[in-house]
Amino acid sequence: MNYLLFTALVFVVGTDAENAGHIPPAVLIASLYVFALAAFLGYQVISRVPPLLHTPLMSATNAISGISLIGSIVIAGEHANRLSTILGTVAVTSAMINVTGGFLITDRMLKMFRKKENIKAEEKK
Amino acid sequence: MTDTNYFLEATYLIASILFVMGLKSLSHPDTARRGMLMAAAGMAAAVLGTLFHPAINGWQGYVWIMTGLAIGSAIGIPMAMVPMTAMPQRTALSHAFGALAAALVGVAEFSLRGHSLGPVKVGALGFEVMLGSLTFTGSLIAAAKLQEMMRGTPIQFKGQHIVNLGIFLTMIGLFVSWQLNTGAIWMFYSMIGCALVFGVALVIPIGSADMPVVMSLLNSYAGLSSASTGFVLSNNVLIIAGTLDGFSGFILSILMCKAMNRSMSNVLFGGFGAIIAEEGGAVGGTMREVTLDDVAVQLAYANQVVFVPGYGMATAQAQHAVRELGNLLEERGVSVKYGIHPVAGRMPGHMNVLLAEANVPYSSLYEMDQINPELPTTDVAVVIGANDVVNPDARDNPKSPIAGMPIIEVDRARSVVVLKRGKGKGFSGLENPLFFKSVTGMLYGDAKTSLTNLAQAVQKV
Repeated sequence: MNYLLFTALVFVVGTDAENAGHIPPAVLIASLYVFALAAFLGYQVISRVPPLLHTPLMSATNAISGISLIGSIVIAGEHANRLSTILGTVAVTSAMINVTGGFLITDRMLKMFRKKENIKAEEKK
Repeated sequence: MTDTNYFLEATYLIASILFVMGLKSLSHPDTARRGMLMAAAGMAAAVLGTLFHPAINGWQGYVWIMTGLAIGSAIGIPMAMVPMTAMPQRTALSHAFGALAAALVGVAEFSLRGHSLGPVKVGALGFEVMLGSLTFTGSLIAAAKLQEMMRGTPIQFKGQHIVNLGIFLTMIGLFVSWQLNTGAIWMFYSMIGCALVFGVALVIPIGSADMPVVMSLLNSYAGLSSASTGFVLSNNVLIIAGTLDGFSGFILSILMCKAMNRSMSNVLFGGFGAIIAEEGGAVGGTMREVTLDDVAVQLAYANQVVFVPGYGMATAQAQHAVRELGNLLEERGVSVKYGIHPVAGRMPGHMNVLLAEANVPYSSLYEMDQINPELPTTDVAVVIGANDVVNPDARDNPKSPIAGMPIIEVDRARSVVVLKRGKGKGFSGLENPLFFKSVTGMLYGDAKTSLTNLAQAVQKV
């Protein structure tokens, strides 16, 4: 329930369009559509992942959410003032840890899930 | 829009599509690897596109970016090489990094453009930084608990709920009042402080056995925090990737709660594993100890054997020994299956990964609902370092603290062998009536040694 409330909060914050100020209403509404559709799509796609692959799923989504890397790259690269540059660079570092580490370990794990025939063929070698 | 912007947006669109396709491919182990390769390509496209972002300021900007990318890779690559038994703490750490990145982007964005952001963006930014900060410290605590740098049992004190509620309300209060008065920067930073403390306070009272839920929940928070970053930067690929991550964590945490028949608030605030210790001892009787040779004979002449692993298998590093024993039995014509409870281990899917690493084919790994109907026709069920997930009290005793939790019903098998380190109680401190049943034989000792010895004994039968 807490979680739903948090989600609702995003919406409430988001729909405060009356004094939306510097964000054009059209952009805001488009963003909300994207959010809602991504949520729906995520639910559809992820509920089909079997429990067998739940650990790789977690590390895969972790790697994917390392996409905040692109936000951090812009802030670090803007080189606007010392504080923001350092924060941005640290953010690039931590997001990059997730991207490289996340994709590599997901692949390493998925490589291990093999069919019986494949394992037998390998053991013969 | 300029040409650069179109190029940027195109790479982001490609990345979004590839991410969704990558996650979709995870619905089957045969397609999963290729799918994740596509997702990685999507990430590469988005990063490459961003390197041409018009806001990047000269070569100095690139120096900073490359420094971050290099250090990140230097830490990230070794982090992908950890042994599979360390997966839970590694994943907790990566939740911490993800959340930290989102929080820092928020703080930096605020310091740069805080005065010119509209109320919507300031709201999303506050949400991002708050969630990011609490997930950061919460995940670090979870990782410390899983790495056993910290006591795994719930850490509780009198009035904890009131203290936690106090921190939470202060945090929310600061968030709201800062929204109303965005000039008050001290409120923003105090909110971050509260969120950092709240993350710690949220995780310390939770026991290690409940970690699968906590991990999923932190996963979800880290994702939502990234999604909020997308709102702040008006960047759709961030919203999409963050939301996918957030929902994935949310779905997993619901599945984990269902697998324990507990509500989210019970897991978060229940302090399971600390309060119930004194309620044990109601079941009596004697445990029947069995010898290695007896078990070896039983296994060798069985038609079907089901192994039920738990966290004990991970701590004993016994997955390879299980597989070797399973191989020997299969060579003798025994049908060998593995029954995996959704919350066995410390994170969702933990046991599957360990067994797959030990070369168990995925077709031999069965989910709880698939294996339960097979147990009545199973000759020997071997429980390896699992306890609560096979505790028949969950089914039979409505007064039990774990009543209603679905279990792997090993007690329905013709005989049960429990590999256990000692006679003590399991992690939750609950007495397990399974150990006193007449079908159950106890084989004490380190799981890995027992299994290796069993394999040798089976060869002699």
